[in-house]
Amino acid sequence: MTDNELIWRISGGSGDGIASTSQNFAKALMRSGLHVFTHRHYPSRIRGGHTYTEIRARADPVTSRGDGYNFLLALGDSFARNPKEDAVYGNEEIKPLSENLDELREGGVIVYDEGLLDPSDIPDFEERVEANDWHVYPLDLRGLAREQGREVMRNTAGVGATCALIGMDLEHVEDLMSDAMPEKILEPNLEILETAYESVLEEYDADAHDVTVPAGEHEEQQVLLSGSDAISYGAIDEGCRFIAGYPMTPWTEVFTIMTKNLPELGGISEQVEDEIAAAAMAVGASHAGVKAMSGSSGGGFALMSEPLGLAEMTETPVVLVEAMRAGPSTGMPTKPEQSDLEHVLYTSQGDSQRVVLAPGTIEEAYEQSRLAFEIAYEYQIPAILLYDQKLGGEMLNVPKSHFDREPNADLGKTLSEAQLAEQPHTPDGKFHRFQHEADDGVSPRSVPGQKGGRYLATGNEHGPSGHINEDPDNRTAQIDRRLEKLEAIREHLDDLGTQTYMGPEEADYGILTFGSQQGTVAEAVDVLNANGHSVKALGVSDMLPFPTAEVEAFIESVDAVLVVEMTASGQFRGLVQKNLGRYGEKLSSLLKYNGNPFEPAEIVDGFESIVVEGDGLDSSTTTFVPAAGD
Amino acid sequence: MSAFSAIGEEREIDRDEYTPGVEPQPTWCPGCGDFGVLKALKQALPEVGRTPEETLLCTGIGCSGKLNSYLDSYGFHTIHGRSLPVARAAKLANPGLEVIAAGGDGDGYGIGGNHFTHTARENHDMTYIVFNNEIFGLTKGQTSPTSPKGHKSKTQPHGSAKEPVKPLSLSLNAGASYVARTAAVNPNQAKEILIEAMEHDGFAHVDFLTQCPTWNKDARQYVPYIDVNDSEDYEFDVTDRVEAAEMMRTTEQALYDGEVLTGRFYVDEERPSYQEEKQAIGEMPEEPLAERYWDDDYEWERSYDRFLDKHA
Ligand SMILES: Cc1ncc(C[n+]2csc(CCOP(=O)(O)OP(=O)(O)O)c2C)c(N)n1
Ligand code: SF4
Repeated sequence: MTDNELIWRISGGSGDGIASTSQNFAKALMRSGLHVFTHRHYPSRIRGGHTYTEIRARADPVTSRGDGYNFLLALGDSFARNPKEDAVYGNEEIKPLSENLDELREGGVIVYDEGLLDPSDIPDFEERVEANDWHVYPLDLRGLAREQGREVMRNTAGVGATCALIGMDLEHVEDLMSDAMPEKILEPNLEILETAYESVLEEYDADAHDVTVPAGEHEEQQVLLSGSDAISYGAIDEGCRFIAGYPMTPWTEVFTIMTKNLPELGGISEQVEDEIAAAAMAVGASHAGVKAMSGSSGGGFALMSEPLGLAEMTETPVVLVEAMRAGPSTGMPTKPEQSDLEHVLYTSQGDSQRVVLAPGTIEEAYEQSRLAFEIAYEYQIPAILLYDQKLGGEMLNVPKSHFDREPNADLGKTLSEAQLAEQPHTPDGKFHRFQHEADDGVSPRSVPGQKGGRYLATGNEHGPSGHINEDPDNRTAQIDRRLEKLEAIREHLDDLGTQTYMGPEEADYGILTFGSQQGTVAEAVDVLNANGHSVKALGVSDMLPFPTAEVEAFIESVDAVLVVEMTASGQFRGLVQKNLGRYGEKLSSLLKYNGNPFEPAEIVDGFESIVVEGDGLDSSTTTFVPAAGD
Repeated sequence: MSAFSAIGEEREIDRDEYTPGVEPQPTWCPGCGDFGVLKALKQALPEVGRTPEETLLCTGIGCSGKLNSYLDSYGFHTIHGRSLPVARAAKLANPGLEVIAAGGDGDGYGIGGNHFTHTARENHDMTYIVFNNEIFGLTKGQTSPTSPKGHKSKTQPHGSAKEPVKPLSLSLNAGASYVARTAAVNPNQAKEILIEAMEHDGFAHVDFLTQCPTWNKDARQYVPYIDVNDSEDYEFDVTDRVEAAEMMRTTEQALYDGEVLTGRFYVDEERPSYQEEKQAIGEMPEEPLAERYWDDDYEWERSYDRFLDKHA
């Protein structure tokens, strides 16, 4: 272990209260002055199945889950069981313990519920404990909970035991429980918490191990948010008051957060029959003058291809979010991957254009959710916010002041009736909605119900007043104008500087990445430089229009570049090469597509063996793709 | 000045206002039933008191989808089968608009069938006109969902093995609160039914029989029709679901036997529209959402004021 940090993993069956317990504990750690980062792992099952959440806490900022962990709280076993040996779900009785041991660091702590789990079922448990210098604390969490209240409260007992063993007082945990729980269950929970805390201190010597809670302090007030929270709040602050969707993991989180909050804000949320309808409704609401969004994950987004093209052709602003999970087809619903990148960039027919932004952190998720709306409405183009199950589900503390921005109700180039009166019209009074000459390629729009703004929006090619028009000159003028917007958007994004630089300004080598892997790359870069390498990294946010000049300058400034992404086919690297048109020999890929995101050490190892030593990796989950020609 | 001063404006409306002057003249074939829909709609709109600028006509794709190219209002010519979700969202965003959706039988009962059943189920306050010519017109004469069993076309050379869709029964069962059928060959009834449909507060589905002389010369729509509401042979209560269902069943069978029955088949004035239901449970603002973006006095809430404390 390098420096003082706690990486606490709570594991059990779904239904054990892992999510709520870990959220509260993460918040307690944040309130005690630490920086926290959470990572969730869960199977695609309703009941049962092994699941865990990790909370990493340290005094200075954290950007990734880190490598491995040092404290395991192995809870119960509320698993759906099938005793048959070859059954798919099998007998998972000891999984909370056994499944987690591989990543437990040397000197780590294990607390397990001896009321439910029996380590003698795990072959070589004792040997491993000894070999790794693990400190094991068997506690009858279930029995303790049963005595005071109900068995299900054993998670609370686990938190009490944790606090005792890491030297953390109960104040923040108790406060949070009091805020969250109704009187009736609060009492027994507090009892259980304290009893567990005290009995551990009585029974054991917590100084026997080195895992303790670090000390830290925040200069300003923090909030603990998930990527899905950040995206939703960004949309709300940007004036989005209409959402239509159809559930699909992991996009459902944003859909749910928006649905919970919009009615209270006077907005509208609609769960509809399918994703085609969902995206078409966002288009319809936006056409009528409202800031609207929809979204989905891979399979559902495939259905949105049609309305996406319609929005582009009719120049209707709309924001779609795409929460990637492992594909193809239904793939692995609860596992992250970045392999919908090409799908999102290129879906829909014709020379269809959209904006695609891929935030790399939770702060960026908020910023870029706002930015997606800003651009969509300013330039009358669909904007897609591309993220993945990892970024959507992980939580991070962010200074509250990060959100201190004015809400934006501006509909972009939408004219008032007074302005409409001044605009060109056809002799019979129809408004020139799609003028050939327009600044930035953006032709001001009207919305239905406005006087003097009558026009036809159509998915067919159309002339200035909106009517279907196949005249070659008009076609060229219209498509050129629509494409021109992307150049204007590129300049707009360049002014904002949306790409993220990591590591020293000058370095021999570079790492390129995008989206949710950015934070992990940031940590890997620090480790690499500390290990004596000379490495910097660039996290690219703008997938379309691509920041070609900026990425080119980055590649030019180093000897070789490792491209890190969670795809099997190197889609992001392909995008870089497509836009830059060369540098094939300078780029190599580090890929991961087994359902788990990168850990910093994997990037460090990958860099050392691929870039420094110049050979491939033998791991089946990380792949070296030889440089393609330009 | 309101941001949407065209909405609710009270004035004499001349039906010529809906006729584009310079813009495209219809490209429909001579004798096409679609002319009948256009004419009836132009006559009905002023009588409902709706101006072109407060009317949003959303269409799908097909010969029928061209309707809003020839009717001068706000229009959204969407994509094949998708007029309904676009239309109903626009209505939710700005309930002051008169929202009409229109498309063909392929568009509405085929590719858009899912949207059709769900829009009816939710009872959105809008009018949906389906040009039922029992054929795909624009793509040149393929069998459509309403083509009779045994219908032969280049894509069904041995004759369709499928029972046709029964749109009236489908609509009633899905939950539409107004269901009628009319025919292009009878402009007077068509106009009346469209007026009623637009005035109806809920989802009004009008199955509009339109002849396609180019591809479907065998269709029954040419024969004289009987208005079931005027005929003594067909006594039933249009507000009674059971009687309406029975009449629809008879009608939908009779059409393929050569007897065309039209009229109102079901009218439910009691059922609240979707918008009313949503407002009643607090899921939709009383004031049109779209207005808010133009209201300088409106205070936009910030997420951090309301939500962030929960995350602290
Ligand atoms: C997704 C999609 N599939 C197919 C088509 C081709 N298409 C255009 S119109 C049409 C059929 C229209 O038939 P109908 O709805 O009955 O309308 P009509 O032309 O008879 O008025 C089809 C299949 C399309 N435009 N889009
Ligand atoms: S093809 Fe048929 S439906 Fe289309 S315009 Fe001609 S007659 Fe009308």
